[in-house]
Amino acid sequence: MKSEQSGIRFRAALPWAAGGTVFLMWGASRFWPAFSFGERAGRASFGMIREMAGILPVMFILVGLFEVWVPRKSIERFLGREAGWKAVPWLILLATVQAGPLYGAFPVAVGLARKGCSPRNVFIYLGAFSTLKIPLLTFEIGFLGLPFSLARVLISLPAFILVGVLVDRLVPGWTPPDFK
Amino acid sequence: MIVLAVFTGAALAASLFADRRKTRAGLLFGARMFLKTLPALVLMVTAVGMILSALDPRFLEILFGGGGWMPFLAGLAVGTVALIPGFIAFPMAGLLRSNGVSTAVLAAFVTSLLMVGMVTLPLESRFFGRKAALWRNGLSLIAAAIVALAMSLVLK
Repeated sequence: MKSEQSGIRFRAALPWAAGGTVFLMWGASRFWPAFSFGERAGRASFGMIREMAGILPVMFILVGLFEVWVPRKSIERFLGREAGWKAVPWLILLATVQAGPLYGAFPVAVGLARKGCSPRNVFIYLGAFSTLKIPLLTFEIGFLGLPFSLARVLISLPAFILVGVLVDRLVPGWTPPDFK
Repeated sequence: MIVLAVFTGAALAASLFADRRKTRAGLLFGARMFLKTLPALVLMVTAVGMILSALDPRFLEILFGGGGWMPFLAGLAVGTVALIPGFIAFPMAGLLRSNGVSTAVLAAFVTSLLMVGMVTLPLESRFFGRKAALWRNGLSLIAAAIVALAMSLVLK
């Protein structure tokens, strides 16, 4: 019992300890210029925080408003179990018009699930988001060419749908956390 | 992203105008979600910071060059571990290609980068539960390998 509790405490403290370590490494590199790893780690973390500061407030506000305003029926009808495969085009449309990194889609996916989007569709949405965002495609076409991008999109499409179906099967009775 | 921010601002204003109490409840829900995931976010930031500072394009070029299966597996491995925003990753991939890295390796790197996120795993577990997060990432890794192989056959 006791060791289990200390395990939980360790897990809870780990992120803050890791954050503190990077901050200390960054601080150390100020006085010890040869330690450039610390400087780069600090700078990359800071860049990451800035990126998240631009995305996450928007996402969490949007999900909060979604939670109180959108009626459960509408999401259930288009993305619920009864919608069947007709839900897939909607999921893809929803995912492609969004921007930003995958972790920005996590709260959105949970918001959808709380409104009756079926587990399978939640995981298909995540797959679609990770592979098909339009802003991402413009970059990809620019630097790797249209054939590369087109081949990747067309081959990934059945792949992430299959992944969604399999995750749904492998984790029966999945429900989103309630964040109470 | 700017479009989304403007849209959210407009939605928030409309919501406040329509029903203050409901808006308050919604914002509180969002804030609670944020606080509950904050530790996982901090962990992700530090992991990204350390991994990004350990990777540099010259190192990747050595890792991804040459023949055989090793560069392909290296592409998958780096794509799995790293979390690089598209506006950095694609220019980097373009540079690697012009320096002779093969399509199969680039495809492995790009597909696993997009579909699999090892550094976001703690965060994903927080949102979807550990079991679902592990399965989604594990299966996505296999899917990324298959997609990359198929791409290299199609693109020759």
